[in-house]
Amino acid sequence: MRKIEQLEMAGITKLFHGVPANKDINLSIRSGEILGLLGENGAGKTTLMNILYGLYQPDAGQVLINGKPVRISSPQESKMHGIGMVHQHFMLIESHSAMENICLGYDAAPLVFPKAKLKRQIIEFSRKFNFDVDLDKPIWQLSAGEQQRVEIIKALFNGADLLILDEPTSVLTPQEIKELFVILNKMKDEGHLIILISHKLDEIMELCDRVTVLQKGAIVGDAETKDVDKKILARMMIGRDVIFNIEREEIPSSDRVLSVDKVVVTSDKGIPVVSNISFDLYRNEIFGIAGVSGNGQKELVEAITGLRKIESGSIVLDDQEISNLSPRAIYDKGISHVPEERIKFGIAPGLFLYENAILKQHHLKKFASRLSLAYNTVKDHTRGLIESFQVHAPGISIPTKNLSGGNIQKLILGREIDDNPPVLVASHPTYGLDVGATEYLRKQLLKRRKEGGAVLLVSEDLEEIFELCDRVAVIFKGEFMGVLKADDPKLCDIGLMMAGSLRI
Amino acid sequence: MLRLKVSDRQEITTLHSFLTLVFSIVTGMLAISLIFLISGANPLYAFAKIFTGSFGSIYGIKETITKAIPLILIGAGLAVAYKAKFWNIGAEGQLLLGAIFGTWVGLNLGESLPFYIIVPLMFLAGFIGGGLLGAIPAILKIRYSVNEVISTLMLNYICAEFLTFLIVGPWKGKTKFGFPYTDDLPESAILGVISGTRIHYFTLILGILSVLFLGFLLFKTRFGYEVRVIGENPNAAKYAGISFFRTLLIVMIISGGMAGLAGVGEVAGIHHYLSYPASISSGYGFTAIIVAWLAKLNPIYVIISGLFFAGILVGGDAIQISLNLPAATVFVFNGTLLVFLIMGDYFLKHRVKLQWSRT
Ligand SMILES: Nc1ncnc2c1ncn2[C@@H]1O[C@H](COP(=O)(O)OP(=O)(O)OP(=O)(O)O)[C@@H](O)[C@H]1O
Ligand SMILES: [Mg+2]
Repeated sequence: MRKIEQLEMAGITKLFHGVPANKDINLSIRSGEILGLLGENGAGKTTLMNILYGLYQPDAGQVLINGKPVRISSPQESKMHGIGMVHQHFMLIESHSAMENICLGYDAAPLVFPKAKLKRQIIEFSRKFNFDVDLDKPIWQLSAGEQQRVEIIKALFNGADLLILDEPTSVLTPQEIKELFVILNKMKDEGHLIILISHKLDEIMELCDRVTVLQKGAIVGDAETKDVDKKILARMMIGRDVIFNIEREEIPSSDRVLSVDKVVVTSDKGIPVVSNISFDLYRNEIFGIAGVSGNGQKELVEAITGLRKIESGSIVLDDQEISNLSPRAIYDKGISHVPEERIKFGIAPGLFLYENAILKQHHLKKFASRLSLAYNTVKDHTRGLIESFQVHAPGISIPTKNLSGGNIQKLILGREIDDNPPVLVASHPTYGLDVGATEYLRKQLLKRRKEGGAVLLVSEDLEEIFELCDRVAVIFKGEFMGVLKADDPKLCDIGLMMAGSLRI
Repeated sequence: MLRLKVSDRQEITTLHSFLTLVFSIVTGMLAISLIFLISGANPLYAFAKIFTGSFGSIYGIKETITKAIPLILIGAGLAVAYKAKFWNIGAEGQLLLGAIFGTWVGLNLGESLPFYIIVPLMFLAGFIGGGLLGAIPAILKIRYSVNEVISTLMLNYICAEFLTFLIVGPWKGKTKFGFPYTDDLPESAILGVISGTRIHYFTLILGILSVLFLGFLLFKTRFGYEVRVIGENPNAAKYAGISFFRTLLIVMIISGGMAGLAGVGEVAGIHHYLSYPASISSGYGFTAIIVAWLAKLNPIYVIISGLFFAGILVGGDAIQISLNLPAATVFVFNGTLLVFLIMGDYFLKHRVKLQWSRT
């Protein structure tokens, strides 16, 4: 039996230290409907959904389920009411296996944990939805995409009627997204209610029945998707037109900066996950690595940036061997890194914004003498970063974890790009950015390319890869299935290459 | 079925955390009242005694400051370690080893050197002693992943036994009529006190200066920044190229060294010779853990929380005598208060509800 036929949020207002994150929000959704929630980074989407999920209490307004007001004061209560949420940042327990995470908080689990039985159920369940995850692996060994899948299985397995998905597709491949949409449509037909937050307007258009647009905490628009198009939505969101296809001018690539030669890298378990990969990276070039996450791209990036030792091979930057140097030495030689998991690696969440704005650079002369840190310079620098990368934050002396997801990403991007590094290694750089910020970032990357920088772009977002890259390598099970020029007609087989069934 | 519902509290205001602190202390006091009642004492009278015994009388204030000296030194050092999420609970041993190192310098070089050379030397030796002992668990943890809680705790016992061995064996004093004490430190190695008190002002000044220095170190320097990043998110620290080995080693040398300074202060300022571990320290290394937490791991606030807990120690001594309560009363008092402070912190960070639910 369904617990939720119809859910309504009425007059919801939420303040953080007096600053409104949500202002008088009215929203409703009924069984069999998919509602899209759109808005710039920091518009208040996650906050609003966290109120439904019981993490925050609204300062005004109420939630009504089937017309009756309810109080949701904790995630457990929200689950009891039939609400499930897949968060923007993974909320899994690192050292536990995928299976244990899925069962965590599973009410139907008896006291004595019947592992084999539950596992069978989960496997059956995930097979039904075409999810492929190794249930016994601990979370920290899973790639972002795999973790995302665990989160989705977890919410579904706990029997949610209303499923909230906060940017669920950011780290999924097109194929996985398609599969997810099939599932969501199936759920919709069964009468589930789904709220989808996404910055990808195509997805919203394809999947949602209705869309609600937030701006600076307030609702600025509400429409049936059949009555609008991408352009209109973008304008509703940021109040101006967005260029979806940016021009990439032809620049001949010049000298080689980075040369990766027959590199072998093992996983945390000691299994080789990058086998004999070789490639060169040139100035004035954006080199893309496409592939389903979990195929070794994470480890390859970690090896190049010094976070992981290589077993054999060599990595040469400007004629200097840099393999197995410390992350700091590699940074100082000119390789910046936008990490895949921004909360886990990119910031110290409890430290202030200005302290995170110099993470990795705090040892540089401009910010520090031998002993002390020049906090005034640091703060000025942070203000500059925030300004040019449009990080929306109430101030720079606030814990960084209080920023919205997209704004944290902008802060990290600003920090890593601002210095014009000769080589930028970026994993999923536009992950979680709104359309305006994505456009800005892409322009920045192209600007770096024009100025003589080299960018190594790791992404599952093929559209992004095609739009930006001069050459594309496709990675599968730790090997390149081929390296192709951006205009190579063979690229239309990229899907086959990503699946490992075609090598060029 | 009755169920406990626990969830994280996402926003915490300053007012909220201050009120929680006050509430924890008050409820802690209520619980302690119950203990007084059970042991047949009038709680109001007992609290009045504690107050007059600690802050409410000249004698009390003098003693409170005396006992605050080691608590402040150790508490500040622990705050630095805890900021890096390195759980040093070995301050007691670090204090004792510092005392041993300092006493050795005092006994062996004190006769021939003037006050202004021997005293700094003793403190230096004490810092080195405590610091070396602090370095061991840091190295064990980083190189061999040995849990620091266990290694620091175990080293406490080793140091205590080592001290006992010294005073009953090789260092046993010739002038002490067979008692297991070392000889008195020579005149030049004994710290002056504010007259009419036991306040060895040299250590007090050293304590205040080092607290200010550690506050500066933690919040204004490059090193302090690295310490805080390690504590906040080790992954990000690795990404930022911060050396765990170097940073945690220095953190623990500082943390242990501060306890070592306290050890020298206790010997040179109060006892003047080494004796049993329990009389040299009376558990300062453990009480300082609470001092550091109550100060929210800010070395500057350690001055206030150190005085507060010193007051409890002294007030506890006072009621022990005037109410004829057992000596362990102070520990019960301290422990109860700690439990309530930790509970308060828990309720501050989590929202807990008791609920009836079907099934
Ligand atoms: N716990 C908090 N304390 C203080 N401010 C907060 C907190 N959580 C969110 N905010 C603020 O509320 C605003 C809305 O944040 P929210 O995370 O809801 O944005 P969002 O729409 O989800 O953005 P994004 O697309 O970047 O994820 C932001 O300005 C953010 O800084
Ligand atoms: Mg968000």
